[in-house]
Amino acid sequence: MSRVLLKTSVNGLRFFTGSKCVSSVRAASTLSTSNDIKSTNSSRKFALYGGRHTVTMIPGDGIGPEVMQGVKQVFLCAGVPVDFEEVNVTSENFTSGVCEDAITSIMRNEVAIKGNVETNPDILDHDQKSANITLRTRLELFANVIKVKSVKGVKTRHDDIDIRIIRENTEGEYSNLEHESIPGVVESLKIITAEKSLRIARFAFNYAKRNGRKKVTAVHKANIMKMGDGLFLQCCRETAKDFPEIEFNDVIVDNATMQMVSNPWQFDVMVMPNLYGNIIGNICCGLVGGPGIVAGANIGSKYRVFETATRNTGKSIAGLNIANPSAIIFSSALMLKYIGLHKYASLINQALVDTLETDRIHTPDLGGNYHTSDVIDSVCRRVETQAMKVRYDQTPHKQPGW
Amino acid sequence: MAASGKSLVRILSRAVQRQTPCMTCGPQRFYHLGKPSLAEAKVDSDKMRVTMIPGDGIGPELMFSVKEVFTAADVPVKFEEFWVSEVQDRCTAEHMNEVVDSVNRNKVAIKGILATPSWFDMGELQSVNMQIRKKLDLFANVVRVKSLPGVKTRHGDLDFVVIREQTEGEYSALEHESVPGVVESLKIITRTKSERIAKFAFDYATKHGRNKVTAVHKANIMKLADGMFLDSCRGIAKLYPKIQFESMIVDNTCMQLASNPSQFDVMVMPNLYGNIIDNLAAGLVGGAGVVPGESYSPDCVVFESFRFKRTHNVFYNLLIYGLQGARHPFAQAVGRNIANPTAMLLCAANMLAHLNLTTHANLVKGSLMKVLRDKKIRTTDLKGYATTTEFTNAVISNLGRS
Repeated sequence: MSRVLLKTSVNGLRFFTGSKCVSSVRAASTLSTSNDIKSTNSSRKFALYGGRHTVTMIPGDGIGPEVMQGVKQVFLCAGVPVDFEEVNVTSENFTSGVCEDAITSIMRNEVAIKGNVETNPDILDHDQKSANITLRTRLELFANVIKVKSVKGVKTRHDDIDIRIIRENTEGEYSNLEHESIPGVVESLKIITAEKSLRIARFAFNYAKRNGRKKVTAVHKANIMKMGDGLFLQCCRETAKDFPEIEFNDVIVDNATMQMVSNPWQFDVMVMPNLYGNIIGNICCGLVGGPGIVAGANIGSKYRVFETATRNTGKSIAGLNIANPSAIIFSSALMLKYIGLHKYASLINQALVDTLETDRIHTPDLGGNYHTSDVIDSVCRRVETQAMKVRYDQTPHKQPGW
Repeated sequence: MAASGKSLVRILSRAVQRQTPCMTCGPQRFYHLGKPSLAEAKVDSDKMRVTMIPGDGIGPELMFSVKEVFTAADVPVKFEEFWVSEVQDRCTAEHMNEVVDSVNRNKVAIKGILATPSWFDMGELQSVNMQIRKKLDLFANVVRVKSLPGVKTRHGDLDFVVIREQTEGEYSALEHESVPGVVESLKIITRTKSERIAKFAFDYATKHGRNKVTAVHKANIMKLADGMFLDSCRGIAKLYPKIQFESMIVDNTCMQLASNPSQFDVMVMPNLYGNIIDNLAAGLVGGAGVVPGESYSPDCVVFESFRFKRTHNVFYNLLIYGLQGARHPFAQAVGRNIANPTAMLLCAANMLAHLNLTTHANLVKGSLMKVLRDKKIRTTDLKGYATTTEFTNAVISNLGRS
């Protein structure tokens, strides 16, 4: 433990004793470039044979299985050349090696789509991690990207929001390092390292560049946690120098939440450590219509796991056919985009947007009376008519992969 | 007699109608008669497009059978035909590029048999088969060896898969005569391609619910080349803890196949061994006429009936008949309407499954299985007296009855 603290303090002290800290961050930055995401897919070895991909599917708990069924149905109607390898990790069985199966499966296929697995704190030992966190740490999924975009048909207090939240996923408050020094005193360690901060910062800027974004905002609490969040902020500032075409600013997390609900349009791409990402992500989802329509992705240097943004299981509405499948369908479109099937991705994306906007088929969480299956059927109908055209569309796609 | 005469006239007139040349696909030949194809009359935009290479010998007859069955089953597939051959001067470089472009566009092809002469006179060491494979990077050949109902063989129920690397190894076309009387033929094994085929085999096993993968090699003699192949397989096997992995030397494998073939599940091997084991395995379940195969690249898949290699016949027929006579493989079967279309129809059914047309695939396959199970209509290779047309018609009339 002391070693960890020492490590952070070496970098940190240099920052705040006034001496030039640039060299230490620079040194770390050269180290971290090897971990950088390459913008092309060519180096990847997807399980792709005869034009068909294999993707790991983890339906998870709660509404997971029913919405995943919807994804499969939509893919079938659109003629998407993707086969799913299903691994049923649930809150009951994840300790029994099924989680390990899921990890090897993702290692083989490199891409997965996942519902959330519920973490039951009662059956967990103190040192045991939840299935979700195990996946994230074992596969080194360091970045969580949430695509927050308003859908016109969904009535909210703010229109036209288009923000990307990029959250560090592997350290910070989620270090699982907690202990009770003496009875009644608990220490919980938040870890920030230059290496991982630089990695997430670089990822955020690269993401902004690839997707034609204008601004990156770092969210932090460096006024209180001067060393921890200070290091994070410093890393973001250093990285920003390499991307002169992208505007950079920073916001303190409490102010960020306030700005988020009063003037969300000022934000473009936001990058932040773990816990803040969790909170800001949830606020954003709330702004555009709730957990049912926002997609997210967990990104590592090698593997990607696509899931809904807010990572809740919705156990209370499971099996009632009223869950909103939009989030996971948006997420599946992101996955298709990533594996290079851009045309199918925009087909499904557009079909779902049309369903929500034009047809106004809304599940109860968006104030409608429709069922899960109604949304899925509508999307299926829409993709079916276009499926053939998309299959033989020879025009090269314009958007870069992400 | 009068009735049959009348029908003959009708059939002949139909045949004349169908002689109108197709502008896009070159000259068409029809070997035997059946009902006219209605494929052109329908709207093409709703159809899957598939490249068809009928090839030499009985290939065109088998393809005709496939087309007949597809028309009857109302399969939404449109074929783009390309007449390529190495033994009849129909293959130029330009022509080859057209074929490759078409397959790249459609992603799916069905191929008859391309005869390969064993003499060497054109300055080209690579056969057309090999050129197509190289150009499309069709690295994996899969032969599904499965006992069919109604086909009597010495071994009971067999069901295994032979996967063959087919872009390197002994088929490198790198041969030279260093000094007169000394020929060096290079066998190339690379780690990248060995790992690729191993991963393919394991992914195939996972996808199709198989339990065991056997690597076939000769690493006891070719310690470096086959040693690396084996090593690559072992490395990949670690990612698939649920699938049993074992290795077997090729000579022993041949003996085991002849004595106890049911021990095998999925087999993976380099090029030449694959060729031999394919033939041996096909012989176990009833010969070349009943075993379907497919070749995969990352993007495309070519379905072909198990490849016939009767080069001696080609040479023999050339000597006997000269240029006027039949000079392609299965010369004795060409035009005599006795070839067994089972393998090609199985290929076609597998192709439909690959195209997501599961219902149609099951329809065709079910009908075919019923005809085989009933044992009433059998072609000569299965000790029956039926013609290709009769067999095809039997399959058509059993559509939906299985």
